[in-house]
Parts: sequence; C-alpha cells; structure tokens
Amino acid sequence: MSLDVTLQTDPGAISSDPVAEARRQVEICNACRYCEGFCAVFPAITRQKVFADGDITQLANLCHNCRGCYYACQYTAPHAFDLNLPAALGAARAESWERFAWPGGLAALFQRRGTALAAALVLACALMFLAVAALPGGGEGFYAYLGHGAMVLIFLPAFLLPLAALGIGLRRYWSETGGGAVTLADIGAAARSAATLGNLGGGQGQGCNFEAEERFSDERRMAHHAVMWGFLLCFASTVSGTILHYAFASPAPYGFFSAPKLLGVPGGVLLTLGCAGMLVLKGKADPALGTPGRASGEWAFVWLLGGVGLSGLLLYGLRESVLTGPLLALHLGSVLTLFLLTPYSKMAHGFYRFAALLREAQAGRR
Amino acid sequence: MSEAIARASETWDIIIAGGGNAALCAAIEAAERGAKVLILEGAPKPYRGGNSRHTRNFRCMHHGDLGPLVETYDEAEFFDDLIRVTKGETDEALARMCIRSSEDCLPWMQAHGVRFQPSLAGTLSLDRTNAFFLGGGKALVNAYYLTAQDLGVKVLYEAQVRHVGIEGARATHLEVEVDGVTRHFHARAFVLASGGFQGDIDWLARAWGESARNFLIRGTPYNRGVVLKDMLDQGARSVGDPTQCHAVAIDGRAPKYDGGIVTRLDCVPFSVVVNRNAERFYDEGEDVWPKRYAIWGRLVAAQPGQVAYSIIDARSIDLFMPSVYPPIAAGSIAELAAKLELPAERLRTTIAAFNAACRPGDFHPQRLDGLATGGLEPPKTNWARPIEEPPFYAYSLRPGVTFTYLGLKVDDRARVAGPDGPYENLWSAGEMMAGSILGQGYLAGFGMTIGTVFGRIAGQEAAAHVA
Ligand SMILES: Cc1cc2nc3c(=O)[nH]c(=O)nc-3n(C[C@H](O)[C@H](O)[C@H](O)COP(=O)(O)OP(=O)(O)OC[C@H]3O[C@@H](n4cnc5c(N)ncnc54)[C@H](O)[C@@H]3O)c2cc1C
Ligand code: SF4
Ligand code: SF4
Repeated sequence: MSLDVTLQTDPGAISSDPVAEARRQVEICNACRYCEGFCAVFPAITRQKVFADGDITQLANLCHNCRGCYYACQYTAPHAFDLNLPAALGAARAESWERFAWPGGLAALFQRRGTALAAALVLACALMFLAVAALPGGGEGFYAYLGHGAMVLIFLPAFLLPLAALGIGLRRYWSETGGGAVTLADIGAAARSAATLGNLGGGQGQGCNFEAEERFSDERRMAHHAVMWGFLLCFASTVSGTILHYAFASPAPYGFFSAPKLLGVPGGVLLTLGCAGMLVLKGKADPALGTPGRASGEWAFVWLLGGVGLSGLLLYGLRESVLTGPLLALHLGSVLTLFLLTPYSKMAHGFYRFAALLREAQAGRR
Repeated sequence: MSEAIARASETWDIIIAGGGNAALCAAIEAAERGAKVLILEGAPKPYRGGNSRHTRNFRCMHHGDLGPLVETYDEAEFFDDLIRVTKGETDEALARMCIRSSEDCLPWMQAHGVRFQPSLAGTLSLDRTNAFFLGGGKALVNAYYLTAQDLGVKVLYEAQVRHVGIEGARATHLEVEVDGVTRHFHARAFVLASGGFQGDIDWLARAWGESARNFLIRGTPYNRGVVLKDMLDQGARSVGDPTQCHAVAIDGRAPKYDGGIVTRLDCVPFSVVVNRNAERFYDEGEDVWPKRYAIWGRLVAAQPGQVAYSIIDARSIDLFMPSVYPPIAAGSIAELAAKLELPAERLRTTIAAFNAACRPGDFHPQRLDGLATGGLEPPKTNWARPIEEPPFYAYSLRPGVTFTYLGLKVDDRARVAGPDGPYENLWSAGEMMAGSILGQGYLAGFGMTIGTVFGRIAGQEAAAHVA
C-alpha cells in the first residue's frame, strides 16, 4: 500500500544529472498523460507512481526520439517546467549505454567524439591496407588480395569479441531494469515491434515529428527501415557466403544470381540510401531535441554505416579493376570499425532497444 | 517589425483577435470559403493557443460509436448534464444548438488535422462523453495552425489588440500594439476570440475582492480581457456574472500562471483538510473528487490567506493519481505542523477530534462508502478513516482560476450584440462568449465544444458577409 515518495522530485528542480532530470520530467508527464497515445513510453509511465533509477533506464530505452511529445507539450521552455522529454530521455539513454558498456570509458569516448570514431576508421583501414599488402592472397576475386584464412583470422574475433562485450552490457541492463526470465511470447512481441518499427508510427501511423517540427512525417521511419533492413540483408549475405563456403565448398567470388549477391546488393543499396536519408533528416532536425552531447558520435556513426554500404557496393561494381585492392581495404576497414565499435557506438542502440522492448513486453503483461 | 508593418498595410477580409481554439476554427472555416484572413495572437509563438493549449478533450453528442467515443450520448442527456452544473443558468436555445452541432465537430476536427486517442488512464468514466486529443490541446492547436497556414491564413504573434474601432453598427479597424507601436489593422469583418479576463489579477481583485490576489491562474497569462473590456465600454451587451470565476482547488505550490493540468490534486476525499489556523471547515468526503474540486476552489478562497492543507497518513498515499509535487512528509503530526507552519497544538487536537469521531466500517476508495464520522462538526461523510499511521503527508491547496464568466452576448449566428441590436460585421466565439451557455458551474470538455461550434459559425458567417 505504501509508496516510496522520497523518490519524487520537485517539478521545478531542474537537474544536471541525466537520471534525476529524466525522473523530474517523467513525473510531470505522469501527472499530465496527454501524450499517452504517442508511443510505448507513456503507457509504461502510467503503470507507476514513483520511478527508481532502473525504471528511468527502461523508459529512456523505450524512447526513440520521435519528438511527438515535445511539440505537443504545453510545458516546454520558456515555461518554468522546461520540458524536453526527447532530450531528457536521450541523455539518460546514452548515459545508460556508457554506464553498461564493458570495458568502461570506451562508449563515452566513441559516443561523444566523432573524431575518435574517425580515427578508429583510419586506423582500421590502414591496417587492412597493410594486411592486403603484406599477407598473401590465395584464391579468386578479392581472395586474390587477402586470403580466406587471413580474413577469418581477423574478422571472427572482431565479430565475436564485441558481441561478448555487448552481452555483458545487456546483462547489466537487464538486472538494472529488473527483467525476469524471457519467454517466447516476450520475444514475439518485441520482435514484432522491432520489425515494423511500430513505435516510429507516432501511435496512429502518422509518423513522427523528427525533422518537420509540428508536422508529422513518415520519412524517418522509412529511412530507418532502409538502414535496418539493409544492414540485416548485408549481414545475411555474409552468413550465406559463409554457409556456401563451408557447407557447400563453394568459395567466393559469386555470380549475381547467388544468395550472397542477391541479398548483399539490395542490402547495400538500402543501407547506403537509408543512411543518406538519415543524414539529410538529421540535418533538418532541431539539435536541441536530440541527445545532448552525443551529436558528434551519432553523425560519425551514420557516416560509418553508410560508408560500409557504399564501399561494399563499389567493391562489387568495380571488381577486377585496379581499384579492387584499395576498395577492399577501405571496405574491410570500415566493416572492422563497425564491428569492433558495436558496443561503444550508436550501433549498440539496436540491441538495447530490443532489450527494452522485451522488458516492456514483460511489464505490460503483468 | 517589418512583418507587422506589412500586415497592417494590407486590407483583409477578416481579422481574428486571438489565437486559441475558437479563433483557429473561425480562421479555417473562413479561409476555406475563400476569405483572406489574418490572426492576431497576443502571445509569442511558444505560448500561442491560450487556454486551449492546456485542454485534453471536448464533449461531444453522438449516437453510436464515433471516433474514440463509445455507445451513445444524446442531446437529452447532454442537456441534463448542463442543467445540473449550471443550475439552469443557460440560454436553452443556444445551448441546444451547440450540443446538436457538436456531433459534426468531431469529424470536422479530424479532417482538419486533430487526432484523437482513447480516454487517458484514470479517466475511463469519460470515454462515452469526452473525446481526448492525441497529445492534448497544444497538439490540437499546432494542427490547426498548420491547416490554417496551408489555407493561406496569416498569423501575427505578439500582436495585442487594444481597441475595436466601431462606427455605428460597423467595426472599422482594430488598434493593435505590436513591438511597442500601436497600429491600425483594417478589415471588412472581425471575429473576437480572445478569451476571458482571468489573466488580469487587478480586474479579478476588483471583481471578486482582494483575496483574488492569492489565486493561481491555471492557464495563460495572456487572456487579460482587454478586448472584452473595450467592447463592454463601447456598449456591447454582456452575459455572465461579472464578479465570478470558475476556480478549483489545486496544489498550492503551482506556478502563478500556466500550471495547467499537472497541478491537479486528487487526495482531498481521503484526507482531513485544515486552514491556516489548523481547523477543519468542510466535509472532505461529500462526494467523489471530480464532482467537488470546483466547490473546494471557492471553499479555499474563503479561508484566511486563501490556503488550506490536505493531510493524509501512510495508508492513503497510494490511493490517488500521482501529484506532480512531492508531499510534505513527517513522522508525527507535531513535526508536520512545524513543516507547514501551522499551530501545532491546534493541529493535534483537530486530528485527534477527527480520529475520535471515526467509526468502524469498510473503507472503499473507489466508491461512496458511507464511512462517516459521528458527532463531528463539520462531518466527513465518506472515507472517514483515522489519520494515525506515520509517515503523515500534506499537500497545500489554493484556488486555481480556470476562466471567468463575464462575456459578450451573441446570437445563434455568433454575432455580437451591440447597444441597438447586433453589430453588422462583428462575431465572437469561445470563452469570450461562453457565459451565455455556461452561466455558472462547468461541464468538463464543454469549453472546447463551445469554442469549436461558435468558432466555426463565426468563420462561416464572417466569410459569407465579405463574399
Ligand atoms: C488548465 C485548463 C484545462 C482545461 N481543460 C479543458 C478541457 O480538457 N476541455 C475543455 O473543453 N476545456 C478545458 N478548459 C477550458 C478551455 O481551455 C477553454 O474553454 C477554451 O480553451 C477556450 O478557447 P478560446 O479559443 O475561447 O480561448 P483561448 O484558447 O484561451 O484563446 C484566447 C486567445 O486570445 C489571445 N488573446 C488574449 N487577449 C488578446 C489580445 N488583446 N489581443 C490578441 N490576442 C489576445 C490569447 O493569447 C489566446 O491565444 C481548460 C482550461 C484550463 C485553464
Ligand atoms: S510531454 Fe508534456 S504534454 Fe506530453 S505527457 Fe509530458 S507533460 Fe504532458
Ligand atoms: S520522443 Fe517520441 S518516443 Fe520518445 S517519449 Fe516522446 S513521443 Fe515517445
């Protein structure tokens, strides 16, 4: 029956601590509730009266910065309550990824500094140039530049180690937000939400207010769909290549009418166009409503992701030319950077967001 | 600056004073009929939309499911509800016309950008009568501004209308203060939709008494009744009690203006309420809170310092919608008295007398449980459970003014009544004329209904006049 009201904040006490500030704003929203129909954040808010730190982390990761609630809010600046829920939840969200990331410190570096990400990219590309130059090729296509063995040696750990690090972060997320044992139903609900980007629809399919201020627009959902599905297709292409290589003893290069190419080419196109779209939208959006202090890392990340797609396409388009070697090094360098930085860059958001949807599926059923 | 000069030098078909719901409905209707329309909004852009930006729903007649509304809410029931709250202080013909027109408004609103959502958590009892706006009133206002601008309506912000120039039965121009300069704006017809006067504390104090200086204003500071007063000074006919305002009991820590919905406080029925002298003054459990919060606005206004304190114990803290202000907590009544700066001994005896008057019985927070005090004056007739389990919690209460009743008299075509019959080219809509229909009391969601119905009519009529 009793309630820990000591968790409650004074609505006028604006805080520089991301969790405390998000809590202050969430409490105001819980007393108002006008935005209930926009996204999953508000129904989750109304299930509670006070908010522990873990609750704030969960709410922050449910928010996808559509900004609907900002433009609809009667308490935004210059009002004394100074509501800016997209930015407040963004700050708490980015801060939570930095807190959960293992090893500590790396995420703060790469999320805050686009230059760090760029430096990592340059380093990775240089390494790949070196590898292409120094290590023996063996086989056809780009294996002529860098043999299969060398690729596996570099990319298997570059793929698995970050995933393990991310696993540590996700475990921390799950325990901070009080998650229970995951059921198939939870996974189903979360996967549906993620696959359709349902929450990006603004509650009624009208889209979000990301780049056009009070006007609703579906462009961000479309761009994000392109990025997400493009990335997944590229990933599937790589997996299919691996299967062909090992299970069917059919190594690259593959013709256009092969699983790796039929998945990879459209994937690369979607990924590249999607990232370009995201960059355009980001340019139009009001930075004051984004995650404070992380813009530089976010910009760099979208460029990197788009670069992976574009360099992959170019590599395919300009195969067996004088440019194949350098392009291979650039593509592999950007892929390497993307993989290695997964737990420490905006890339992590996909994983945390899925965890938040899982957690929400659990909480919503109770 | 240059924009104001440019707008002032143009000739408009219709100029609308105000930038809230009523003004926007009028602007959209008029522009759709081909009129060249200018909106003069006194507030800066971030605060555009007056009290409409604080709203959450509107009341709507309907037969069968309509938008988010379920079942049926017909004219007879709607009118009965109105009669009950206004105690008959209404113009029946106008009220019925407004009620009947509300059914058309919902689809019209949707067609002009407003989105609805199912009734909010904790307001299920309203899902038959009130349609909730997705994102609330500011989202509605935003949608209408976009629609109006797409139709070619121009908007000037921070443009304060000071005077309506009238010759005989015709309005000729508006005197408007923009950037500290007074300019004349000319048009062939005018719609006045600039709200009530509750933002002008001096006027409130003159009307209600000095105690009104301690009232909080729940909505916009920009509704200061300037146009209303100017019209009345020029002989326009008025409706509504000039001394009255609709006030509810809200959290005493709310900001002076624009605190809006979140300053709501729902704990009174489960509490004991004392004034500055630590004395009770009214039955806290008379009825469920939505039926009593307006009465409590007046009750608190009548207490010394226009302040009261609602006190509960640990057992009741989880029984009501969360308040945005944290409760003042204490381990004992004496400590609570110290924190509230109330006379400690007096508070102790008040609580002790209340506790002693509580009788055994079943406590049901969700309904009138009849758990009443015995031999206590004033009694508490429901939810009377001793305040005895620490920690003890208190919230302060103050009157929060929603709107004033004084308004312009209009006919069923929204035309403003002058000293010798209606003006030829002056219409009014919204809070500025709502007194005709809401003579006293308030029916949740009816303010937006009146604004939408009369705003639309005013826009249509004004457009027909200039066509
Ligand atoms: C906190 C709160 C919650 C409410 N909730 C609801 C609800 O859920 N449902 C409901 O039906 N009603 C609600 N109401 C009542 C409702 O807000 C009003 O009935 C309605 O908004 C009136 O609309 P309007 O257009 O007449 O006035 P407003 O929306 O107040 O618009 C008046 C406009 O005139 C402008 N103005 C004022 N003076 C001048 C001037 N001299 N020159 C130029 N412009 C001027 C103002 O800036 C403003 O834009 C609520 C009121 C408050 C305070
Ligand atoms: S963002 Fe503003 S309008 Fe929306 S629920 Fe929160 S306080 Fe209310
Ligand atoms: S920004 Fe969008 S997703 Fe985030 S809380 Fe607001 S409405 Fe929900």
